[in-house]
Amino acid sequence: MTAFNRKKSPKVGLFVTCLIDAMRPSAGMAALKLLEDAGCQVIVPENQSCCGQPAWNSGDLASAQAVAIPFLSSFDDCDYVVVPSGSCSGMLAHHLVDLFENSSDPLYRQQALKIAAKTYELTSFLVDVMGVEKVAGKYQGCVAYHDSCSSLREMNVKDQPRALLKSAGADVVDLENADTCCGFGGTFAVKYGDISGAMVDDKAADVSAQSPDLLVAGDMGCLMNIAGRLSRRGSSIAVRHVAEVLAGEMTAPPIGSGDDQ
Amino acid sequence: MEVSSQNFKENVHHAVDDENLKGAMEKLTGALRPNRAKAVAGLPEFDELRDHGIAIKMHTLDHIDTYLEQFEQNVIANGGHVHWCADEDSARQTILDLCRQHDVKTVTKGKSMVTEELGLNDFLDQHGILPLETDLGEYIIQLRGESPSHIIAPATHLQRHDIAQTFRDAHQHLDPDRPMDTAEALTEEARQELREKYGAADAGITGANFMIAETGSTIIVTNEGNGDLTQTLAKTHIVVASMEKILPTMDDAGVMLRLLARSATGQDMSVYTTLSSGPRRPGDLDGPDAFHVVIVDNGRSKMLAGSEREMLRCIRCSACLNHCPVYSSIGGHAYGWVYSGPMGKVLTPSLAGLDKARDLPNASSFCGKCQEVCPMRIPLPKLMRNLRVKQVDQKITPLKQRLLLSLWASLASRPQLYRLVTGMMTKTLSRFASQRRVFRWMPFIGEWVKSRDLVAPEGGSFFDRYKASKGGDHD
Repeated sequence: MTAFNRKKSPKVGLFVTCLIDAMRPSAGMAALKLLEDAGCQVIVPENQSCCGQPAWNSGDLASAQAVAIPFLSSFDDCDYVVVPSGSCSGMLAHHLVDLFENSSDPLYRQQALKIAAKTYELTSFLVDVMGVEKVAGKYQGCVAYHDSCSSLREMNVKDQPRALLKSAGADVVDLENADTCCGFGGTFAVKYGDISGAMVDDKAADVSAQSPDLLVAGDMGCLMNIAGRLSRRGSSIAVRHVAEVLAGEMTAPPIGSGDDQ
Repeated sequence: MEVSSQNFKENVHHAVDDENLKGAMEKLTGALRPNRAKAVAGLPEFDELRDHGIAIKMHTLDHIDTYLEQFEQNVIANGGHVHWCADEDSARQTILDLCRQHDVKTVTKGKSMVTEELGLNDFLDQHGILPLETDLGEYIIQLRGESPSHIIAPATHLQRHDIAQTFRDAHQHLDPDRPMDTAEALTEEARQELREKYGAADAGITGANFMIAETGSTIIVTNEGNGDLTQTLAKTHIVVASMEKILPTMDDAGVMLRLLARSATGQDMSVYTTLSSGPRRPGDLDGPDAFHVVIVDNGRSKMLAGSEREMLRCIRCSACLNHCPVYSSIGGHAYGWVYSGPMGKVLTPSLAGLDKARDLPNASSFCGKCQEVCPMRIPLPKLMRNLRVKQVDQKITPLKQRLLLSLWASLASRPQLYRLVTGMMTKTLSRFASQRRVFRWMPFIGEWVKSRDLVAPEGGSFFDRYKASKGGDHD
C-alpha cells in the first residue's frame, strides 16, 4: 500500500521492542505519538516481549521460536505492524518466516508470512505509507543520523528519517563511513568485546569528528553502544532515539546522560 | 596449513592493540573500498552482470561433474594431464610425485590460496624441493615465515617499513645503505632478486582463477606478470585448483573476469590475464614441456551437498574482506587459517571443521556489508547463522551460552512475567546508576564495559507509561 491508496486511519500494531520497553520508554511513547499524529489507530498488544533476535542470531532456533510464538497472532487485526527499530523490524519482516520454515505447526509459518508482509520500520512507515512530510517535533540544531545496518540493508531506510528530521528544522549531517556498522550486533557486543569495542571506537570517532549537537538513530542497540562509547571517551554529544526528536518528546535526559538538554 | 582458529579470541585481543596493523588496514580499506565503488559506478550494468555471473555459477555447480569431466578430456586432448585429489594428503603427495617424476629440485610459485590450504611449501621443503613464491606479497611473507593475511594481498598486514626491514635481513648481499623508502624501490629489488630464479626453476606451480571445460584451459589473473614467468619459463607447469573453479565456457569466464577485478581492486581488468592450454605445441615459441592440473576437493563435495553450497560461488575477489569492519579491525591472521574475513568465517568451519573454528561464524555483527558487495551475492550472514545453528545442534556452542539463552527464552516467551523481571532489573539499575547515568563496570558483561560504558535505563517501562496514559484502557 502506498501513500496514494492508503486507508486514512489504518489500524497499526506497535511492536515496542524489548530494549525500548526496558531502557528507553520515551522512545516508545514518541513512536506512539508519531503514529497517532499521522492518523493511525494504534494498539499495543500485551503479548509481546522480544522479537527473538538474540536466539535467532545465536543459532538457537527453539528458543527463538518460543519467544516469537506468543506474538504471532497478536497483530491479526492490524493493517500494519510498526517497529521503532531497524533490526527488530528486519526480524519480523525477513527472518521470522525463515525461523518457522520447518516448524512442526504450519500455522506458525503462515502467521509469520502475514506479519512479514505488513511490517515497517517506524520512519519508513511514516514516510512511505502514511505520506508524512512534516512532524510535530521542532529541533533547531545539528543532528547526525546513524544508519543501523538492518535499517539500511534490510528495511530500505535511509532518506526517510533524514527528511523527517529536516522537517523538524534540524540541520542533518552525515557521518563519514555512514554505512559502516557501529559494532553492536546484539550478543556480538558481549561475546566479542575486543572487536565490537574497536568498531564502536571508530564510529564514536566519526561522530565526534562531526561534533553534532545530537546523535540519533532508529535502533536502541546502536544507540546504547555509541552512547556508551561516547561516554567512555568523555564526549558530551547528546544521544537520542530518532522518534523522540521527531515527536518532540524530549523531556527525558539524553541516553546515558544525567542532564536535561 | 595448520588451523589455529581455536585461538581466535586471543589473536583478536593482540590484533586490536596493534597500531602498526591498524595503520596497514587503514591503507588497505582506504584504497580498495573507494576503488571498488568507483569501478562499480562506472559500469551501469554491474548488477545485471552479477545476476548473470550468479546464474552461471549456479548452473555450473548443478552440473559440476559433467563440466569437470569435460575439462579433463580437453586437457588430455591438449596433451596435458589431470589428477584428482580428494583431500590435502593426496594433493600434496600427487604434487610431490609429479615433482619427482620430472626431476624437480626447485619450483617457482604463483600466488595460490589452495596451495596455502595444502601447506604445500613446507611439505615440498621437507622433501628436499625448494619452493620460491614470486608474487610480491607472497615473496615477502615467505621471507618472513608468515602465512597470508588476505586472499589477494597476502602481505597487507605489513607497512612499507616492515617490508624494507625484511628485505634488509634477507638480501644481505646488497648495499646496506641502499634507499628503500619507496614502494618502487622495494618492488624493483624484489623483481631483481626473483628475475634470475624463474629461468632456473625446474617447475612452475600456479593456482587457477578459473578452469574452462570447453577448452581445457586454466586462467590466472595477476597484476605483476609473475604468473606468466612462473608457468612459461619452467619445463613443467603444475596447476593446482580447487574443484569449484570450473566454468563451462570461455564466454562464462569473460563475465566472471569483468566482475572479479572490479570487485577486488576496482580495476576494469587485472593487468595480466593468462591462459594455459596444455604443454608447448610444435611451433610454439615458449611454454612448458609438461602440463599437469591437480584438482582438489578437500571438503568441497561435502559443501556441495550441504547447507554451505552457496559458498562455492565464491570467486575469491576479497570484496567481503575489504569491506568488513571486523576484518579491518583485526586483520587476517587472527582468523587462524588460510581464508579470512567473512568468506573465511564460512569456509574455515566448512573445510577444516566446525569445532576447530568455533568462534569464526559467531564473530560477526551481521551488518550485511559483505553480502552487499559480494559479486556473487553470497548470503554470508545467512551461511554464518546456519553454522551457528549447527553448532547449537551439535552442542559445540558453550554450555553456559546455551543455558543462558534457554533461560532467557523461557522468560521472554511469557511476556507478562518477562516484563515483571526486566522491570525489577531496570529499577535496580536505575537506582544504582551514577549521576552521569552510566555504569563504568557491570558484572557478567565485562566484554561490553571494557570498552564502553553501560547506559542506565531511563526509568520505568514503556508498558507502565502506556497503561498510565490510557488510564488502564488498552488493548
